Amino acid sequence: MALTFDEVVTKYEPVLGLEVHVELNTESKMFCPCSTTFGAEPNTQTCPICLALPGALPTVNEKAIESTIKIGLALNCSIAAFSRFARKNYFYPDMPKNFQISQYDEPICTNGYIDVEIESDQGPKVFRIEIERVHMEEDTGKSLHVGGATGRIHGAQYSLLDYNRAGIPLVEIVTKIVPGTGKYAPQVAKAYVSELRDILRSLDVSDVRMEQGSLRCDANVSLRPIGSQILGTRSETKNVNSLRSVERAIRGEMIRHAELLNKGERIVQETRHFQEESGLTRSGRSKEQAEDYRYFPEPDLVPVAPDAQWIQTLRDGLPERPSIHRKRLQEAWAVPDKEMAAMINADVLNLVEASVALGADPTKARGWWLGEISRIANDKDVAISDLSITPGDVAEIVAFVNSGELTDKLARQVIEGVIAGEGTPAAVIAGRGIKVVNDEGALISAIEKVCAEQPETAQKIRNGHLPAAGALIGAVMKETKGQADAARVRSLLLAHLGQAE
Amino acid sequence: MSSLSRDDVANLARLARIEMSEEELVSLSHEFTVILDAVARVQEVAGQDVEPTSHPLPLRNVFRPDVVLPSLLTEEALSGAPAQEESRFRVPQILGEE
Amino acid sequence: MARALRAGEITSVALTQAHLDRIASVDADVHAFLFVDIQGALAQAAATDAKRAAGERLSPLAGVPLALKDVMTQKGVPTTAGSKILEGWRPPYDSTVVANLRANDIVIMGKTNMDEFAMGSSTENSAFGPTHNPWDLSRIPGGSGGGSSAALAAFEAPLAIGTDTGGSIRQPAAVTGTVGVKPTYGAVSRFGLIAFSSSLDQAGPCARNVLDAALLHEAIAGYDARDSTSINAPVPQVVTAAKSGDVKGLKIGVVKELNGDGYQSGVRTRFEESLELLAKAGAEIIEVSAPNFEYALAAYYLIAPSECSSNLARFDAMRYGLRVGDSEGASAESVMKLTREAGFGREVKRRIILGTYALSSGYYDAYYGSAQKVRTLITQDFDKAFQKCDVMVSPTCPTTAFTIGEKSDDPIAMYLNDIATIPVNMAGIGGMSLPAGLAPEDGLPVGFQIMAPAMADERMYLVGAALEAALLTKWGAPLLSKIPELSGR
Ligand SMILES: [Mg+2]
Ligand SMILES: [Zn+2]
Repeated sequence: MALTFDEVVTKYEPVLGLEVHVELNTESKMFCPCSTTFGAEPNTQTCPICLALPGALPTVNEKAIESTIKIGLALNCSIAAFSRFARKNYFYPDMPKNFQISQYDEPICTNGYIDVEIESDQGPKVFRIEIERVHMEEDTGKSLHVGGATGRIHGAQYSLLDYNRAGIPLVEIVTKIVPGTGKYAPQVAKAYVSELRDILRSLDVSDVRMEQGSLRCDANVSLRPIGSQILGTRSETKNVNSLRSVERAIRGEMIRHAELLNKGERIVQETRHFQEESGLTRSGRSKEQAEDYRYFPEPDLVPVAPDAQWIQTLRDGLPERPSIHRKRLQEAWAVPDKEMAAMINADVLNLVEASVALGADPTKARGWWLGEISRIANDKDVAISDLSITPGDVAEIVAFVNSGELTDKLARQVIEGVIAGEGTPAAVIAGRGIKVVNDEGALISAIEKVCAEQPETAQKIRNGHLPAAGALIGAVMKETKGQADAARVRSLLLAHLGQAE
Repeated sequence: MSSLSRDDVANLARLARIEMSEEELVSLSHEFTVILDAVARVQEVAGQDVEPTSHPLPLRNVFRPDVVLPSLLTEEALSGAPAQEESRFRVPQILGEE
Repeated sequence: MARALRAGEITSVALTQAHLDRIASVDADVHAFLFVDIQGALAQAAATDAKRAAGERLSPLAGVPLALKDVMTQKGVPTTAGSKILEGWRPPYDSTVVANLRANDIVIMGKTNMDEFAMGSSTENSAFGPTHNPWDLSRIPGGSGGGSSAALAAFEAPLAIGTDTGGSIRQPAAVTGTVGVKPTYGAVSRFGLIAFSSSLDQAGPCARNVLDAALLHEAIAGYDARDSTSINAPVPQVVTAAKSGDVKGLKIGVVKELNGDGYQSGVRTRFEESLELLAKAGAEIIEVSAPNFEYALAAYYLIAPSECSSNLARFDAMRYGLRVGDSEGASAESVMKLTREAGFGREVKRRIILGTYALSSGYYDAYYGSAQKVRTLITQDFDKAFQKCDVMVSPTCPTTAFTIGEKSDDPIAMYLNDIATIPVNMAGIGGMSLPAGLAPEDGLPVGFQIMAPAMADERMYLVGAALEAALLTKWGAPLLSKIPELSGR
């Protein structure tokens, strides 16, 4: 008998734990000078170090350290005066050294928190998520499984390894356990990852693209009977690669756990894999025996002991917190809550802001990003930031519309042209020969032509039936290939037919 | 006295990914009884108040600027590969987690 | 030789060819080399001759041939670290040491034999058969760098590179009657040195006399941004020190704990005699104590195996090297296990297992953690002693060369060979071994060890040069002139 979520939360309290891995956006890898560019040909961004050839030694990317400290500061962490890298030893073919350089008992950032806000039954509600640690490590290579029916690992005959990704800097952000979220657990988790993503983006330390894997979330969930202080057995769900999936995975795991607990069964401590299609998780192959990572201080790298002045400089350079920043923007732009939420959900807030910074009117910039441009991104099924239109382009288009050089309708054509790669708005206007027909003579002759073609409609208007004007305006617009200003056409048409507004 | 059983050695061999014959497991477990006795002497002087040394020189904060340098050519990267396909290292089927 | 090259009395090609001929003649007996790069060496020699002919300013050792321990990568040249698991591997990159040798136009003739992954004190652990001591072919040449030292003693090469993790430069030097120096940790880049124990490994010069060693030291040492543990400071004035040899007023501390029981009588005789000569040269001999040295061996045999268990994990049959068991349906994991079983020798496996144990959860503090504490105590012993003296000295090894096979079944007896050399590695300081004469009872070479504080490597050369000069006066000829002639073929 399947339980409903409401039934689950009346009986059990969920306890969350979230681990987020973030790929930093450095130019070079964590421990070698190979490029980190996404999508390169296989094994073109490898060297003796990231292939773990005999004799090769790692060196630490300074920018990666700096980014990690910035993340720690933004998450209200203490920055360790002394920290070390450690080797995490286990064998896996996608990890060339068969150890990962990571951090163990001496992470660079510890004990932070962030506050996240969700919409509760009683209105906005804030939850504080405590951060256990933020540490540095390196990514693994990518394997391609050949011979299996689905390209999956099971049933594959062999695998092909590309080490371009091996050694890309990763930062791991681990929360302390998060109790007390009750029925809001899925929302809180989603809000946390979302807030984290906004913070990381504002720091410009990562591309934070969940779909490309530059931000990955593992969600730990356990349940305990309400009132109990004893932690239940947790499961760890991996591969959660969208905000929506974070919410679904946690909801799904809570229901799965509750069903097992109701039946008196035991929860197995294991890793599970989230499946996008069903929204359910599937058990990972549980290891017959536990791994023993045999951590020890990495002898090839010396300790990191950031001096206070460096940390202060980084602290001084931190951007405004995204949540505070958003509130400030909302006030400055006088945007209603709903519209603000729409911009955040559509991922256009920073784009609108950038357009405004370049002189665009906030309402108009918001209209374009949220309207036409979002629609095109949707149609193409790409992230809006992947379109080749920039905030500068939008500011330029808004300026053209304000000056009357473009109508809204023409502006849409210009947007389409910019996204199609035809150049800047000005270049698209020139290239497509787009211009507003302002020449009154040309407009009046078009109006005369249309009235002659549709005498009955013209007569209706003369008789004072103004709603009929729309058809004729449309015809005039068509006649002028859309390059006329519709409002102006209307006033000329009405005047022509002896009517006033 | 410290010692390692045959099964202890088998578990260590599994962690270290070394196949071992029964004969080798047994003989190593015997050797380890002697060796561990010898090395366990370190515990005699390793008091709480002694700081461990992980690095012989007291260096700190050795970093490299975030600058890209040329990688190996793909042929060089793959030059030692026991098997390769489509510019990738070809390896036997990987059992384990996805 | 270098002087003859500079004077134009001989070309580098002729000199290199003469050594290649010698290798062809005697190496079947000595087995110092795993690979001889005839073409590469002659090409490099010719290029150096051409530079000299063009009047280019060259480094002091330009054109002199050298033997390279097979633990250093050299682009395109087979590099095995003495292991089957790397047989046939040709690195696509040069180690920094090789790059420095090339920059100094030192001619690299080939790769020398060694204990597998530098684990051993006799070169018997090489997967490619043992090297023989040119003083007595039935005896070991020391290890792990037995190939490099044997090549020097057999006159196959005038210079060689070794690496020293627990004595692998100094002990072979001692038992072959040659000079070997382990510089301060971080003085010579480890980039391209196939790691055994990262916090202990250090490359250094091997030669037949102190000045040659100093010249080679200067050529290979220096800061390298590719090694995070590299010392970013000027190389000490080792050549100046080796040329001076002035020890007047220098305080030499004799380590009380590294002399006495367990040391062969002939070793002690030659050691005492050397001390007298140094005293005569104006040095002040005092006794110093290092009470924690007795734990050094135990700590070493935890730290080195622990680090090696991790360093050698990369030999997994996936990207390079041997692959065994890759049959239809085999898994990557089983191929890894079978390859590592077949590719590693017994001593390597023993240390990997020991290291895996010492790092495992529940045992870390008792073993690896305690060993690191002992490391601190040893360093403190050195610090205290160096407040009383400028250098410390001891015999390099407790005995002269033992016979091949004698200790191969007894790891503990084998490990005891390194008892006097290991403290230096634990503290990361410098150590030199130079010939102190032959033990009266067996007529085999005895080594004299000099230890200097970190980053004061020049002091070893100062004392080494003084002792070498005094002994030369006493003997009338270098020790190696007494080596039995190899029959050749
Ligand atoms: Mg991690
Ligand atoms: Zn690389």
